[in-house]
Amino acid sequence: MARNDFQGSLDLLVLKTLAQRGKLHGYGIVLHIQRASDELLRVEEGSLYPALHRMEQSKWISSEWALTETSRQAKYYKLTAAGRKQLQEAEESFDQLVKGVRAMLKYA
Amino acid sequence: MPLFRRVANLFFRSRVDREIDAEIQSHIDLRIQDNLAAGMTPAEARRDALLRFGNPTATRERVASTEVALGFESVWLDLRYAARQLRRSPGFTLTAVMTLALAIGANAVVFGLLNALILRPLNVPDPQSLYTIEHGPDKGGQESYLDYLDLRDQNRSFDSMALCSIVAVGLDTGKNPSQVMGFEVSGNYFDTLEIQPYLGRFFHSADEHGPNSAPYMVISYSYWHSHFEDDRGVVGRVVQINKHPFTILGVAPPTFQGTLLFFFPDFWAPVVNHEQFTGQNILNVRNEEEFMMAAGHLKAGVTPAQAIADLNRVGSWLEKTYPKTDAQMSFALARPSLAGDMLGPPVKGFLTGLMLLAGLILLAACANLGSLFAARAADRSREVALRLALGSSRRRILRAVFTEAVLISLAGGAVGLLGSVALLRALSVWHPFPRFPIVVPVYPDAHVYWAALLLALASGFLFGAMPVRQILRTNPYEVVKAGSTGVIAGNSGRRLTVRDVLLVVQIAICAVLVTSSLVAVRGLMHSMHSNFGFEPRNAMLVDTDLNMAGYTGDQAPAMQRRMIEALKAIPGVKTVGSINQIPLGGGGPNEDVFTDETTDLSPSKAAAHTMVYGISPEYFHAAGTAMLRGRDLSWHDDKNSPAVAVINEAFARKIFGSVSNALGRYYKPEVGTRLQVVGVVEDGKYFQLTEEQKPAMFVSFLQSPHIGTCLVVRSERDPQRLAAAIRSVLREMDSGLPFEVHTWPDVLAIALFPSRVATVALGVLGAMGAMLSITGIFGMAAYSVSKRLRELGIRIALGARRTEVLQSALGRALKLLAIGSAAGLFLGVAATRLLALIVYQATPRDPIVLAGVVLAMLLLGLVATWIPAQRALSVDPVSLLREE
Repeated sequence: MARNDFQGSLDLLVLKTLAQRGKLHGYGIVLHIQRASDELLRVEEGSLYPALHRMEQSKWISSEWALTETSRQAKYYKLTAAGRKQLQEAEESFDQLVKGVRAMLKYA
Repeated sequence: MPLFRRVANLFFRSRVDREIDAEIQSHIDLRIQDNLAAGMTPAEARRDALLRFGNPTATRERVASTEVALGFESVWLDLRYAARQLRRSPGFTLTAVMTLALAIGANAVVFGLLNALILRPLNVPDPQSLYTIEHGPDKGGQESYLDYLDLRDQNRSFDSMALCSIVAVGLDTGKNPSQVMGFEVSGNYFDTLEIQPYLGRFFHSADEHGPNSAPYMVISYSYWHSHFEDDRGVVGRVVQINKHPFTILGVAPPTFQGTLLFFFPDFWAPVVNHEQFTGQNILNVRNEEEFMMAAGHLKAGVTPAQAIADLNRVGSWLEKTYPKTDAQMSFALARPSLAGDMLGPPVKGFLTGLMLLAGLILLAACANLGSLFAARAADRSREVALRLALGSSRRRILRAVFTEAVLISLAGGAVGLLGSVALLRALSVWHPFPRFPIVVPVYPDAHVYWAALLLALASGFLFGAMPVRQILRTNPYEVVKAGSTGVIAGNSGRRLTVRDVLLVVQIAICAVLVTSSLVAVRGLMHSMHSNFGFEPRNAMLVDTDLNMAGYTGDQAPAMQRRMIEALKAIPGVKTVGSINQIPLGGGGPNEDVFTDETTDLSPSKAAAHTMVYGISPEYFHAAGTAMLRGRDLSWHDDKNSPAVAVINEAFARKIFGSVSNALGRYYKPEVGTRLQVVGVVEDGKYFQLTEEQKPAMFVSFLQSPHIGTCLVVRSERDPQRLAAAIRSVLREMDSGLPFEVHTWPDVLAIALFPSRVATVALGVLGAMGAMLSITGIFGMAAYSVSKRLRELGIRIALGARRTEVLQSALGRALKLLAIGSAAGLFLGVAATRLLALIVYQATPRDPIVLAGVVLAMLLLGLVATWIPAQRALSVDPVSLLREE
């Protein structure tokens, strides 16, 4: 349960990032998550890639090689239609989780 | 796309790795770049970047594993693992592969026969619309020539209708005159079938101008190849058929062998010359239904039902117009390849039965392998438990088991298929009867290969599925705790397991096979020793056709008499007789007969339908047919004396009520002249062994001459020397007379052929069934002994008697054997009722058969349990207990 949740939330973070920023490479995703969460969330950089490849196989995201602003080769990812749908579902289920946990914590 | 990617990944694994490396590298480079921008030294920047990323190698492996998870890479791993497992137990692998090879091989052979004889269409253009017509309640495929002409001209549903019939003639090409067999056909034959000549030209309707007007012939490619050495100058050459000149017009293409599957004609010649082939002119009579089949393509858009209605319309017109000769002209359509309903249904029935039995063999083999697999899975329960405990999924373990099963089934299927292809090829070049161009063209094709592959895969999954429940229920904790002799041996106590059920099913199936093959063998033995109404032993048959040597009309009886006299003079020959067509020699004339009081001789008034034989005096003596009452025909019963006949017992009972009543009485054959009965002989078999008793009449060749001549020479001399003597005597009389000399039992082989084939086929299947049950029982018994060795050792140590040890070790196997055999025997008896249709006198209620099955199964059980029993008895308790 716990592991699934963690994996689920990493997926959610990646999908949300791509939804907000459009095309982005792995390093960019790491930076964005860090910055957008006010440095609260730090993704272990290595663990990002298995998740990216898994999501690509599930056809939630697609990838292509392109040049960065500093003219380096990098693999860029972007959301697919299926990914958008998945993001919506993941957001809803995360909301449920948060509500549930809050309720738990408030219980006196 | 993912599928494609997985396959691609399988072959470009390094490319995937490189891409992942590049991605990781670009990530680290970007971080270093940012670090440098933030003011770190290059060394610091690099160190920080690597630290944040974590272990790149581990990441790469994890990414790569998401790429191939559940992909083909793992299938390949499973295959390698399965192959390794199988190599580790070669005995098991060999047994399993050979068992399956036999079963698949049997199925492939039977399916190959079914495919070639029934499923595969004839090798002519547009075979689907080609039909032959049959008429009457017994679906006779024979029409008279005049009826054929009316049907051809008056029907509206066939594009055109051709006639064709098997005929044997004497062919003289300048070398040895010899007897050859071919088709006499209507002029439109080749045009109807849309066949083009290989060489020269074919004859056409326009070549026919009445009787004996078309002295042309077309030879088959194989005859051209074997007798004219591929000489292209053969076209236009004139040869002699029965001493009449015929011109060879052309050669048929190699792929065209007529419209009968099992009979490859040597030549085709126009049917209008029928008189020259047979010496009889029957083209102008309606009641001689000599011609074998009328066939043609249905017009486009005409359904078989419409065609039948159309033919019946012509049929009722025929009935009305020719009431004397044409009765019951209702028609049916059939496929020409197996001569319509003459051979179609029996061949179909036999092959379907064989297919069922072969299917049973395969089922038994699957049951056998299934229990082997289940036992193997039980033995490997510790390994399975360990793998589960180490985190493998059950699904993955099942996949490994199935991979093993499919590997075995494919290997078995391949071996079986190779064997069956060899057998089918051998069958295809086999000529069962040297006298006739009869063949069994059963070359295997892609259908056979596919069928074998599918059967192999299906059976692989079937027996692979046996241990599934066992694996799904494996509890790793229990198994590991219980140690080597643990759980499985423990619960194989009194409960009925899947393996027990499998064994019973398998033994039952094998008992069915053993029962049917014993029934068939008994049936064949019966038919070999049954009363044919003649005695084939110590008799030679000289088969000739006087027409082939140019004898016609009254010359024939004179020549026949001279031949009989000449052969009688050979030293050691007891007696000689002649008959127009030997009984059980592949047909014979038959006609309606009427009581003496009947005046209207139309088919509907007939008193009986009877075989008609023309014989010489002393034929009965030579053939060994017993005279029951009255006298034999004599040389004085000639044209100048009253017409007389000898009849058989069945005839006497049918027309005159009893044998004693028949003597001296009169009856009428179709021509209407009264015949007086002077003698009654015993009944016999005339057309085939399984026939109902038919009435038969015998008239003298002096009173009604005939051309076909088969001389029966009775002598106890060595057949080969006798045959040589006969040949030289006949050559001396007329060097242009084609003839064949065979012993009577050899000729009979044709009549016995179907039962022989059935017996061989069933015998083979029965032997395979027996082998399978031996391996099955052996496997079960050996397994239960090996599992309980320790228990047996303790019992022996405590002083158990041998019988008690055996009882506890093998009692269960033997009990299952008994249950399975009883069930199989019961089923077999029920099933062999079908066999009785093919195998003459095959009855399952034969005490010898029943006893034979019981004995066979007992023996099988004894053989199969012998080794395990020895092992159980020789258990050494001391060494066994020390092992722990």
